[in-house]
Formats: sequence, structure tokens, C-alpha cells
Amino acid sequence: MSGPSKYQPTSAIGKWFHERLPIVAFAKDHAMDFPTPKNLNYWWTFGGILAVMLVVQIITGVVLVMHYTPHVDLAFASVEHIMRDVNYGWLMRYLHMNGASMFFIAVYIHMFRGMYYGSYKAPREVLWMIGVIIYLIMMATAFMGYVLPWGQMSFWGAKVITNLFSAIPFVGDYVTTWLWGGYSVDNPTLNRFFSLHYLLPFVLAGIVFLHIWALHVPGNNNPTGISVKGPQDTVPFHPYYTMKDGFAIVVFFIFYGLFVFYGPNYLGDAVNYVPANPLSTPAHIKPEWYYLPFYAILRSIPDKLFGVLAMFSSILILLFLPWLDTSRVRSGKYRPIFKLEFWVFAAVCVALGFIGSRPPDPTYVMWGQILTVYYFGHFIILLPLMGLLETPKPLPSSISDDVLAKSAMAK
Amino acid sequence: MSKRESFGSICPTFDEGEAIVSAAVENDVNRRDFLFLATGAVAGVGAALTAWPFIYQMNPDAAVLALASIEVDLSSVAEGQEVILKWRGNPVFVRHRGQAEIDAAKAVKMGDLKDPVARNANIKDGLDATDENRVVGGKEQFLIMMAVCTHLGCVPLGDSGEFAVVQGNTKTGGWFCPCHGSQYDTAGRIRKGPAPQNLAVPPYKYLSDTKIQIG
Repeated sequence: MSGPSKYQPTSAIGKWFHERLPIVAFAKDHAMDFPTPKNLNYWWTFGGILAVMLVVQIITGVVLVMHYTPHVDLAFASVEHIMRDVNYGWLMRYLHMNGASMFFIAVYIHMFRGMYYGSYKAPREVLWMIGVIIYLIMMATAFMGYVLPWGQMSFWGAKVITNLFSAIPFVGDYVTTWLWGGYSVDNPTLNRFFSLHYLLPFVLAGIVFLHIWALHVPGNNNPTGISVKGPQDTVPFHPYYTMKDGFAIVVFFIFYGLFVFYGPNYLGDAVNYVPANPLSTPAHIKPEWYYLPFYAILRSIPDKLFGVLAMFSSILILLFLPWLDTSRVRSGKYRPIFKLEFWVFAAVCVALGFIGSRPPDPTYVMWGQILTVYYFGHFIILLPLMGLLETPKPLPSSISDDVLAKSAMAK
Repeated sequence: MSKRESFGSICPTFDEGEAIVSAAVENDVNRRDFLFLATGAVAGVGAALTAWPFIYQMNPDAAVLALASIEVDLSSVAEGQEVILKWRGNPVFVRHRGQAEIDAAKAVKMGDLKDPVARNANIKDGLDATDENRVVGGKEQFLIMMAVCTHLGCVPLGDSGEFAVVQGNTKTGGWFCPCHGSQYDTAGRIRKGPAPQNLAVPPYKYLSDTKIQIG
């Protein structure tokens, strides 16, 4: 936020309050007056969509907890009770269940937008890294939530994921026993996952606050990637972006609603409607769609420890992205080679997701390996090299000039 | 900036006066610094000690540790049959092997094994993973082991995989893990895929010729 606050309390009580807690000024400065680049496109609305989805998940989650029982003998039945007996229980659960998927759709678009427009580059490295941490916590939260209905996929997903930690040399077995509170995934595991699943969204809300704080120090990146040079490049957040984000949220809710009302189980796995059985693994176990690319990477490596390391590195490498990309031009719009490679990378991520959904047959495993090599090659080889080798296109002199040039062309 | 340069005014404040005294006595490190560090260290150790119960409470509780052992009557398991029992929350395979499975397991050279260690809780640690060392009391026909894939804990499928004994169209013995494709031979030893170890043999003993106690 540049310049002094524009908030001037008018009433006596407003003035009295402002001198004691300037929260209204804070809200006005950051949610209304905040100078925002005037050329943000719809890819920039996913931040707001994500904030709304977090609120939706918390509200529907709090309601579900009023009817759910976290016990191995009762959990599955209590979820069915929510579906059949509780007033609007089906709606709350389908909103929550599909809300998780919508949350991930939005976060993936948000992340790829950041990658395409170089939003992770200086001075926004910390903003990006906080975002990666949010993503990690989201994954942990969603995983633990998926365990709660105690279906077959809940149980075996929990078993496989917690077993990842048994790959840690020497202490792996102690770590898994500690995580489980027993010798296998069982009632203590379900109870602690329930506790943490309730806690973590509030932790997320706190970190989201830091994310927005880190955003409001340099301000938003924008499709040109060039920095704001003055007031002519910006518009106040309200009403311009409250309206644009609001419209995007409504459209996103229509998309969300289509799943909730017309295909509530489309994104889930039918096997999770079978109660958990610790004695029998389903023939084909796979995680929820949003983990599939990482699952494919895990399976590509025929060694337990290295497979697990590769999977965790494939996410943690994002923390280093600001330093792996050597190009000083932020926006992919002005980077002819990167622009093509970006879409290849995006396709590789989707293809990895497809491989992750298939059984571990040799052909799929081989393709998984090729794609895994490309995934890491993108970060470790291609990004540093492209920045050095490619000649970027000329950048516009300012955001304002770029906008005016476009509208002149349109005429 | 050294303390002496800060004498802007003729009359030093109380803080400045105190700083002059301690700086004169002990140069840079004074008693107060020591007290700060010592207090901080005590607080840090206290915090770490307090954290421990909060971390340790997640380990298996007394009810989980008070494990009932289970008894199994092997006479009800026919040759070629495999039953899955639950012990300590985990599935256990009890397999009555046929001669062909035992012969196939014995024919394997130690050098071909991915994990050459027996992984048998009933014998000394680190012994070779020979077929004999995978069972207890020389009763080769009964292979008893955890039905927990050593990769990520799924239950492997019996009578399947590349290391089963093939007779015509049927496979006997051998296990295949449906999760990530690990393959175990007719003695439950890992032969192919991401799993690092042979299927673990739990502690068990023969109570009579046909009865065992696991745990």
C-alpha cells in the first residue's frame, strides 16, 4: 500500500474507535482502495475463488462435524446417516466433498497462472513460497478428510500414504507407528486425523492472511509482467476487482453446482462406498484425482526410498522455482520459447495424472518414467537454460501503454 | 556506535549511565548478557521438555499395546489353501504350501534375491532368506507371514504374479501386490518391484503339531 490511508472517520464514534483500533482503515486500504494493476485478466480471479472455497469448506465442514462420529465402527454409518437422515445432510456432504475438488481445480489454475506470468519472480519470491506451503497443507488436509468416511479407499489410501514415511532410513518404522498410534491404520489414526482435519483449515486461513500480506507489499503482478509505474497503471480494488472477482466466483459456483447436483460422485471413487476392510486391498487403489501426478511419479521409481523422495521433491522443487528460472522477463507472453515449453509442461502434468490413474502395467510405468524425467527436467534443465538462451520480445513501456495499444488495435 | 560516542548531552540518562558502568567493568559481555542467555536456555529446555508429552502421546497407548495373541488351528487349512487372519490390526497369511511351491522356493539361488535376509522374527537377525529360514520348526508346508506389502502396506494377492508356480492355466503360490506391482515368490520373498524387503514372518510358535500361537 503506497501513501497514507485515505480513511477519515466521519462520526465521533468512528473517530474514537479508529484511534483505538484502526481496523476499518486497514480494511479500507487493503480490501477497497488497494491499487491494483488495471489489466488483470480472468486468470487472476482464482485467488478470490480460493478464498471463498476455503470459507465454503470450513462452513460445510463445521456442519458435517455436528453429525459425524469419528470411530472405526461408526464412521461409515454416520456418513450414510448424514446422507439419508440429516436434513440437507446430502447437500452439506456433497458440497464439502466436491468442494475439495473445486478447491484443487482452482489452486492448480492459480499456480499455473503464476508460472505462466512469472508471478514467483522478484520481488514476489516469499509470496510464491507461502503459496507452496498453503498447497502442501491443503494436500495434507484433503488427505485426512478423505480418510474420515472410513470406506475402502479411505483406509487403503491412509495406509499407503502413511507408509510413505516408513521409507525414512532407520527411524521409518517408529515414525509410522507414531503416526498410526498402533501397528496399523486403526481407530487412533482415525481420531487424530479427524482432529487435524478440523484444525488445519484454520491454520490455512492464518497462512492465507500471510499470503495476502506478502501480496500487498509489492502489489499484484499482471499479464505484462512489468511493474506498476504510477497511478495511471492501477485502479482501486473496489469496485473494479470486487466486481470482476465476484462475477468469476458466480461462474465458478455454477460449475461447482453442476457437480454437486448432477454428478456428485463423478470425481470420487465408487469403492469408497464399501466400508473399510483391513484384510483386503481393493484390486485397484488410487488416490483422489488431485494427487495423481505425484502418485505416478512415486510409482515410476522401482525403489521405495527413492520413489518417496522423488514424490516429495516433485512438490518441494516448487519452493526453488524463483531461482531456477533465470529469465529476467516475468511474463511468458514475451518469452517465445518458454511460452511453448510451458504448455508442454502443463500437458506433461496432465499426462502424469492420467498415468497415475492407471494400474501399474509395464507400458504405463514406462510412460510414467519418461514423463517424470521431463517433469524434473523442466525445472532443473529447461527453465535455467531457456532464460539464458532465448531472446525475449520487446516489453511495453508501461501497463498503461500496453492497454492503450491494445484498445487502439481493436479500433 | 560505541557507548562513549553516545554522550551527546552533558547529563547522561539513567540507561546511558548504567551502560557506562557495565561497559567499563566488563567491556562488551556483561552480567546481564549472561543472565539473558541463561534464562533463555532454561526456558528453551523447559519448552522442549513440555513438548515431549504432547509428541509422545501419539504413540500406541496401553490398550493397543496389551495385545492379545491369536491361536490358529492349522488342520483346518487344506493344502494349497490360504487364509488371512487379523493380528495387531494387520492381516496375516497362513498358507499351506504344496510340494511344488516348496521346491520352487528352494531352487532359487541366494544371489537372485533382492532381499537376502530371512526377516523372520523367530530366528536370529540377519540370517539368509533360505526357504527353511522363512518357516518355523522345519514345517515347510506352513508359511506364515504378514500380509503387508513391505512397500506401502497393501495386502498382496495370493496365487498370482510372475513367481508363482505355473501348472497349465493355474498359478499356485507367489504374491502380487495390486498397488504398485511388487512380486513375491512362493516363500514370500521380494523378487521384483518397489518393495524393499521380504514379507515379514511374525513371532509364532507351535503349541501342538497343528496349532500355532501368533504373538
